[in-house]
Amino acid sequence: MEWVNAVVQGTLLGGLYALFAAGLSLIFGVMRLVNIAHGDLIVLSAYLGLTTTVALGVHPLLALVLVLPVMALFGYVLQRVLLNQTLGQDILPPLLVTFGLSVIIQNALLETYTADPQKMDAGALETASVSVGPLALGVLPLLTFGIAIVVIAGLQFIFYRTALGRAFRATSDNQEVAQLMGLNKAHIFGLAMALALAVTAIAGVLLGIRTSFDPSIGGARLIFGFEAVIIGGLGNLWGTLIGGILLGVSQTVGAAISPGFQLLAGHITFLVILALRPNGLFPRISG
Amino acid sequence: MGRGPVAALRGAMASILELEGLTKAFGAVTVADGLSYAVSEGEALGVLGPNGAGKTSMFNLVTGTLRPDAGTIRFRGQDITRVSAAQRGRSGIARSFQVPQPFTHMTVFENAMVAATQSAGLRGHAAEELCLEVLEQTELLAQANAPAGSLTLLSRKRLELTRALCARPQLLLLDEIAGGLTEAECQALIATIGDIRSRGISIIWIEHVVHALLSVVERLIVIDFGKMIADGEPHAIMESPQVQEIYLGIEADA
Repeated sequence: MEWVNAVVQGTLLGGLYALFAAGLSLIFGVMRLVNIAHGDLIVLSAYLGLTTTVALGVHPLLALVLVLPVMALFGYVLQRVLLNQTLGQDILPPLLVTFGLSVIIQNALLETYTADPQKMDAGALETASVSVGPLALGVLPLLTFGIAIVVIAGLQFIFYRTALGRAFRATSDNQEVAQLMGLNKAHIFGLAMALALAVTAIAGVLLGIRTSFDPSIGGARLIFGFEAVIIGGLGNLWGTLIGGILLGVSQTVGAAISPGFQLLAGHITFLVILALRPNGLFPRISG
Repeated sequence: MGRGPVAALRGAMASILELEGLTKAFGAVTVADGLSYAVSEGEALGVLGPNGAGKTSMFNLVTGTLRPDAGTIRFRGQDITRVSAAQRGRSGIARSFQVPQPFTHMTVFENAMVAATQSAGLRGHAAEELCLEVLEQTELLAQANAPAGSLTLLSRKRLELTRALCARPQLLLLDEIAGGLTEAECQALIATIGDIRSRGISIIWIEHVVHALLSVVERLIVIDFGKMIADGEPHAIMESPQVQEIYLGIEADA
């Protein structure tokens, strides 16, 4: 039963990882930008959630009403002012600039909030659980998993059923022709980053409720996000969810074998899949 | 500066497009060398010239993909020389590419919808109806849900035309759309383009398949080394020495 429990808990954890990964996947899919600062943007969202919660005395989930639009706006401005200037034939400038951005965000958070671990107080939600047979499932992990599914279904809907999604995919497919059809690339990329950081805001607030955080933990969230994207296959959002789940299950099963084995087990799963299926489990070469 | 000599000459008819002294060079290679001409509303203009003469570059200048070194471009009387390609696309200029460039990972219908929603600015049902109507006209309706990347050459050319039409253009730029087609396919394409013309859309058509061009256009210009070397009635132009020289490969006297 310990194993079943590990698999179930890992699956739910995978929902959080899929939320880390979805924004990363979206940005790469639309503009071939690898955002090294993605993990730090997740942590930034957690801190914004914390500040909102403390300042207004509201529940962390309610803080999203503020954090989500703020991050989306920040994403749009960041893309238009900074990141659009780095995109071109050469893939190095966006890597360097987002790496620099990562350092800046970490240090700004350190200056503002110190290095002490923080946590958001979500009250009863943190410990609430439901019993399913012999298993006790946390309400928060269940909620996170549900939100992940809703977010990915929502992104899928936007990409394949709306004019905005077609604009994303057309721009991703052929930038020059998309421009001639009246699409302003700089604006479309701005909207894509806004959408990605809106998802990041959700991921960050859920992270901040689930565990304690400090300014330095962004790097590991970035790695988890990357691994989920690569395992699932580039350009496939549902694949990203499955990638997140596989990573989560590997970690919890690894932890059940030996507590020190948790993170390594996740990385090993990632490396094995990368070696056997370099394009991920469900590659789809679609924008 | 005021209106140039070409514009003044054709001042009687409203011009949809006016180029004046358009110049563009890449290092030592001049792709446009003081190009000046105007296209009247509803006119179908053919463009001839040897490979590398600067015909496609001229399209790139008109659509805004290239910025000229000198000269002005006016569309419906407005100076658009510094206007972005995206804005020109929304304001009624559409083009097809010599080598078809569909959005390969999207379906034929979605390709059309990008043009209908972004260039033509339509929404919802209006956009969908326009796309279906155009797809029927260009005979792509049966392949509407196929990924554009899976199409044959003829279908890709039809898709180029479909997207350009879904943009609801006032000025349509066609770049060697008949090239590589069989005679029967070419005839069908001519009929379609003739139909577009009859709806009052102005056309500039670059084409090496001369008989296709002559069956649609009412005026012909010839471009060589970025310069316009002839402008006039198609059959007269075809018989002129400059054109004979280019197309029959006769060397000019040194």
